[in-house]
Amino acid sequence: MKIALLGFGTVGQKVAKILESRKNFYENKYGFSPEIVLVEDSNSQGYHTNGLNPKKLLERKEEKGDVGSGRKLDLNDVEFDVLVECTPTNLEDGEPGLSNILQSLELGRDVVTSNKGPLAIAWEELKQTSSKNDSILRYEATVGGAMPTINLAKDSLAGNKIKQIRGILNGTCNYILSRMRGGGLPYDHVLSEAQDLGIAEADPSYDVEGIDTALKIVILANSLLDFNVKYSDVDVTGITGITSEALDLANEENRVIKLIGKVNGDKLEVGPKMIPKNHPLAVKGTLNVASLKTDLAGEITITGKGAGASETASSIISDLISINRVRNFR
Amino acid sequence: MINTLNLELKDIPGQLEKALGGFSKHDANILSVVHHREDKTPRGTVPVEVKVDVGEVVIEKIIEDLRSRDVEIVKVGEENLSRSFMVILIGHVVHSDIRDTINKIDDTGLAEVKDLSLKMPGINKESTARLFIKADGESGVKKTINLIKDIAKEKELKVITEMDV
Repeated sequence: MKIALLGFGTVGQKVAKILESRKNFYENKYGFSPEIVLVEDSNSQGYHTNGLNPKKLLERKEEKGDVGSGRKLDLNDVEFDVLVECTPTNLEDGEPGLSNILQSLELGRDVVTSNKGPLAIAWEELKQTSSKNDSILRYEATVGGAMPTINLAKDSLAGNKIKQIRGILNGTCNYILSRMRGGGLPYDHVLSEAQDLGIAEADPSYDVEGIDTALKIVILANSLLDFNVKYSDVDVTGITGITSEALDLANEENRVIKLIGKVNGDKLEVGPKMIPKNHPLAVKGTLNVASLKTDLAGEITITGKGAGASETASSIISDLISINRVRNFR
Repeated sequence: MINTLNLELKDIPGQLEKALGGFSKHDANILSVVHHREDKTPRGTVPVEVKVDVGEVVIEKIIEDLRSRDVEIVKVGEENLSRSFMVILIGHVVHSDIRDTINKIDDTGLAEVKDLSLKMPGINKESTARLFIKADGESGVKKTINLIKDIAKEKELKVITEMDV
């Protein structure tokens, strides 16, 4: 499988690293032999038709901060089988991810992405382009990091109708609320602690305002419930302004407060909710959890690490191996 | 729609069967029958409470039928299964007139605030309130929550509801 890897940040680098270090394991176990032929970061490109050396790429990125000299090649000029799209999420227009993905699908090449922007902004267009060109689009890494939410619903629960989806899909918010409750600490204090630990960004609004959760809810609603919705269709409330007293008052009634994303009927909602302490969704720390209500299998709940380079890479690689099973690339 | 019919039957054999015949004739789904033998009325009749799930038209027919069978009907009432739920409000809950907030909920006639807990960490700091509310049925709960959200928007309060409410 010839891979074009666009976006060489923490996730892209992790994917390259794992593909290199598990080369024999993947070849022996899955008959999966990936080669990265093109790599691109925000200002440089590396290309070799017979595959680049991931070790050297990672070293160069570390030493010089780039992966090659300049950016001359377009996806049209490159011979590849699958695009791995790991550029950062852009909420405005989904770029550059959206154009990268569309171009690849139009060329009849399959795509694996961890980028939420394009899926949340242009779902219909991506879906149609993919089916028109018989190219596969997989995006497990966009929701819940390592948690196999989308593929669980599409593969393992195939044949079911999904009635409702609820979950905690943002580890930063869950860390803040868990820590406030555990220590009786004020919001601002816990937020700055989370920033020091690298759990929250310097500008935390994307997480704490519920935007990230809402994007994931849009992706789940579109891909698993055949909706055609956008970010603006979600009723979003974040966790800013939540007091430790609120957590205390909930606790007195054996409830915890969690930022819950929910698709129910035709309603999409993200907001802080009270749930019983012993509820399956009441997971702590940075954990994510998702619960799918189905008509045949009943309610299925999964939990796991929602973020992190190796967790996200795990989902990307599993999507790549799935594509390899279908296409039998050599 | 769930209706409760309170009947009084003579304390002689066959009376319950006679009364229930008035329900089965109209294919009414009887949810429960409670026979209060221990609470005989001063007249010596036995109170019986029957809960049925039927439409409005059918209930009228049942009442007519029961009367023709000489069954004493004491009370007919549509039941409102009341539900209690919890809401947390954060912000200047007291200064934005908590009494007015409670009155607005109570005045709907659909719901009633049963309990209020308040935490005020300091002067000029935002306070947090937990309200226990009893509302009539699912639709009462939904309407009350929408009302609370409107009030919260107007008074710049943050609302936290229960996940399944």
